[in-house]
Parts: sequence; C-alpha cells; structure tokens
Amino acid sequence: MSKNMKISERLGALSIKNVTKVYDPEGVNVKAVDNCSMEIEGGEVCMIVGPSGCGKTTLLNSIAGFHSITEGSIHLDNELLCGPEKPIAAQGADRMVVFQHGALFPWKTLQENVAYGPTVQKTLGAKEAMSKAGDMLAEAGLGNFLTRYPGEVSSGMARRAEIVRALINDPKVLLLDEPYRAMDALTKQIMHESLLETYDRTGVTIFFITHDLEEAIFLGDKVHIVTTRPCQLKKTVEVKIPRPRSYETQSSEDFRKLLAEVNEAVHEEAVKAFQAGERELA
Amino acid sequence: MTNTNKTVLASLMGQTTLVRGISSILIFLMVWQIGALCDDWFGVDILAIGLVPPPTDVFVAFLEVIPKIGYWQSWVASFSRVLTGFIVAMIIGIPFGLLLAVNRYFRGIFFPPFEILRPIPPLAWVPASLIFWPTNEMSIAFVTFLGAFFTIVINVLGGARAINISYLRAAQSMGASQFDLFWKIILPGTLPSIFTGAAVGMGITWEVVLAAEMISGGGTQGGGGLGFFIWSSYMGGSLEQIVVGMISIGIAGYLSSSAIRKIGYLLMPWKRLF
Ligand SMILES: Nc1ncnc2c1ncn2[C@@H]1O[C@H](COP(=O)(O)OP(=O)(O)OP(=O)(O)O)[C@@H](O)[C@H]1O
Ligand SMILES: [Mg+2]
Repeated sequence: MSKNMKISERLGALSIKNVTKVYDPEGVNVKAVDNCSMEIEGGEVCMIVGPSGCGKTTLLNSIAGFHSITEGSIHLDNELLCGPEKPIAAQGADRMVVFQHGALFPWKTLQENVAYGPTVQKTLGAKEAMSKAGDMLAEAGLGNFLTRYPGEVSSGMARRAEIVRALINDPKVLLLDEPYRAMDALTKQIMHESLLETYDRTGVTIFFITHDLEEAIFLGDKVHIVTTRPCQLKKTVEVKIPRPRSYETQSSEDFRKLLAEVNEAVHEEAVKAFQAGERELA
Repeated sequence: MTNTNKTVLASLMGQTTLVRGISSILIFLMVWQIGALCDDWFGVDILAIGLVPPPTDVFVAFLEVIPKIGYWQSWVASFSRVLTGFIVAMIIGIPFGLLLAVNRYFRGIFFPPFEILRPIPPLAWVPASLIFWPTNEMSIAFVTFLGAFFTIVINVLGGARAINISYLRAAQSMGASQFDLFWKIILPGTLPSIFTGAAVGMGITWEVVLAAEMISGGGTQGGGGLGFFIWSSYMGGSLEQIVVGMISIGIAGYLSSSAIRKIGYLLMPWKRLF
C-alpha cells in the first residue's frame, strides 16, 4: 500500500453484493438494507442519494465495520471485508469515515486531531505526526487554526479538518455521510472546491451520501439513487461531465438534463417514503 | 459622556467582576445591618432578622476569634476531614465509575448493590459507622467518603456512557488500541462529568463533615472542627460566634469549589470557550 503507487493503480474498488441488514432491537425487526448491490471502481466518486431514513448510513456503517451485515458480502479490492463467514468487517484506516454529525475530538486541537491517526498507528513519531498534520491543515487553508479547538471554529472549518484527519491515514476509500448538510450555499461551494482539489491530488475512492442532488451531480462520477427503506439500488446515473469541473458547469445543458433525470427517480422514492410514513402514522 | 446618564446599577454592571463582587457584598451587609438594627433605629422589629446580630457585632466577634489558635484548629480539622474523604472518594470513585461504564461484567456484578446503597443518605450511616469504626475520626472520614463517593461514581458512569459513539468509532478506525481508547478518548471525554461530580461531591462532603462534627461532638483533642465550633458557640449562648462559624463555613466551601473550578479550567482548555 505504498503512497506513490496509489494514484496510478487506482486502488479502493468496493464491491457490495446482495447486502441485507436487519436491525433487531428486542425482537422488532427493522430491515434497513435489502439485497443491495453496487460496484464502485477504484478512484471513483460515487454519490448515494435517497430518501431520509432509507438506510444509507446503515450501508456506510457496514462498509466501515461499525456493525454486522445480515446477508451478502462486501469486498475491497477483491479482499473480503465482510460476508457470510464474517458478518462484521474489521475497522481499519483503509476506510476512513467523515461522520454525519461530525466527530472531531472536542478535547484536541485541530492539529492534534489530525495527528491522532499516525500517532496511534505509530506510523510516525509524535513530533512528525504533528508537523505533517500542520502541513496538511495548512494545505486545506486552515494554517491559522492549528491550535484551535473544534468548538472554536466554524462548522465548515471543522468539516475540512475532519476530512484532513481522514486523509492523513492515506485511506483507500473515504466514506462521507452528508458532510455538508445544513451549510449555506456559499460555504458549500468552498467545501466542494476543496474536496475536488483533494480528490484530484489523492485519487482516493469517495463514497458520498447526500440529499443535495446538484451536489451529487457536481461532485460525482456516478450517482446511485437508492430506494426508500429497505435500501436497494434503484438507478445509477453516470455523470460524464469532464473534470476539472467549475461552478459554471452547473448551468450547462448537460448538467440540467442529468439533474432532471436524477430528480425524477428520487422524487418517485420520496413520494413512496412519504406514503409509507403516512401509513405508519395512520 | 454616556456615563453620566447611567444609573448606579448600570455603571456597576460595567465594572470588573472583582468590583462588582465587592460592591454586591457591601450592599448585602448594609441591608443586613439595617435589618438587624431596625428595632433600635425605627422601633420596628423585622421578624427573624431582628434577632440576628448585626454585621458589626459579628465583625467584632470575628476579631476576637482570629487570634485564637482553637479557631484555626477548627479550620484545619474540618478541612483535613473534607479533603481526606473527598480525595479517597475521587481515587476510588473515578476508576470504579469508569470500570462500570466500560466493562459489562463488572457492571453486572457491582451496579445492583451500588444502586441499593446509593439512595441511603450519608448521615444515615453515622450510627452504624460509629459502631463499626474504632475511632470517632475514622467514622467521620468514612461517612464523608460515602457522601462524595456515590455522587462521583454516578457522574463518571453517566459521563462515560454518554460519550458520542462516533468518537469511539473514529478512534478505532484510525487504529486506536484499547489502551488508547481508554486514555485518549474515554477519559478526556468523561472529564467534564468528573468535574461536575467533583463539584457536587465537594458540597456534599462539607455538609456531611459539619453534620458529623455536630453529632459526634467533634474530637476531644484541640479543635473539633467548624461544625463543633458552631455547636459549642450555641452551647455557650454566643449568637455572634455562631454566625462567625457559619460565615467561616461559607468561606471554606467557596475556597473548595473555587479550587475545583480552577483545576477544571487548567485540565480542560477546550472548555474555556464556553
Ligand atoms: N441501531 C439501530 N437499531 C435499530 N434501527 C436502526 C438503527 N440504526 C438505524 N435504524 C433504522 O434503520 C433505518 C435506516 O437508518 P439509516 O440511519 O441508515 O438511514 P439514512 O438513510 O442514513 O437516513 P438519514 O438520511 O436520515 O441519515 C431507519 O429506519 C432507522 O430508524
Ligand atoms: Mg444517515
């Protein structure tokens, strides 16, 4: 897993095959994911969109190894992460998560947060880890905030720092769970530019959950639309807009067409989810 | 120039905390003085307050006890009891609470008896511990310890269980060992609750020590502590000295909680912003 090989060989292919996940809290079965399959190539930006509560986070948690899967299998670069014999994937730095509600350690400064991974893995000494963390944060435009605590910086900065904390571990796959939710349009734009720039530099595979359809098309190589719960792959839309992309692409004819296509599929599922919700309440 | 328009209150609020603190204490003393001397000055007695000695008399009584060694021995006696009970409670309570939080088996064995003993008020332990422990001093120490122990444990347990699971997941994904997880995530994540428990526990410790000193009559040696100081003032019929004792306890409690706040401030730099 040498750093230099990574971009050229495009590691980080995820193969999700027939995954089913049933939560079973005290006998009440909740089927969150049902026979879901997806192929994600190494170095691809794969966007997942689908209705609220449909099981997107559950799928991501299964990849990260935060909980078991009930059926099916997940492979990373042809190596088994989890499957019938091994229901729960081992957690590892090859798959780094950026959490839905943010998970920078509040008691560490941004720099200490980023240095945490290499320090506990002992890939770097404490000093080297700190200086590398400082460099990487500076690259992400956070050079003036190294000694700040997460509670002291804006949510946008915290998100960028959290992505840097993931990237310093040199993961094969970056798993992002609605990282830019509830951000204003302007901040989002800066976040997108920063993420695309990172992507161009590292070529890391990105698995990105979002509700924002424009974001999905703007960032993604593929947009996977999933059904309302239980989560299944409904439709995949390929985004053939060349990179590097800029904000002008959002007003192009191609972009509008793709948006309409994705919107139609998502809308169908949203209506189903809404009706299901009404049935549950009735 | 806007200053001239400000009321006394408004201009007071603009001052530093120190000035504000001193002024509010002075105002409090003034009201107390007027209340206590209402009968002499205006011929009207204000219920209850009329019986309280005015601050000037209390001040005189204070000046009388300050040179006396016995008064300071009371301070030392109470403080050392509080600190002993409190520190032992911290030393045992923090690891105990953390173990309850992280280990299922440990929790299964120790939590039920803990929960049965916890609701028993510390003072209800006094008679039993007077019998169990060979000396008065040891029984006081034990009851004091209990007062802080339960509060500290329940806070540590709650705090550790409430740590955001994403922190644990993030740390584990980054390759943290169980050791790292405990020392770098669970412990700092629980620190705010530890300090909440310590602050509340310290308050309970003072209550328990003073009550125990009154009940047991204190030690016979030198000073019996501030609780006994008040009690003997009551026996001697000195109203002023009772108030002196009460104020001493107030100051002692304030010093203790300030010390805890200060340590918390030093140990939790990320909390300074709130
Ligand atoms: N630990 C759990 N135990 C039981 N049910 C759960 C658990 N976690 C999630 N669920 C249920 O599984 C379903 C899918 O949840 P999940 O969080 O994966 O959805 P999501 O697509 O990420 O939603 P959102 O868009 O709101 O983030 C929901 O109905 C949820 O209530
Ligand atoms: Mg989710």
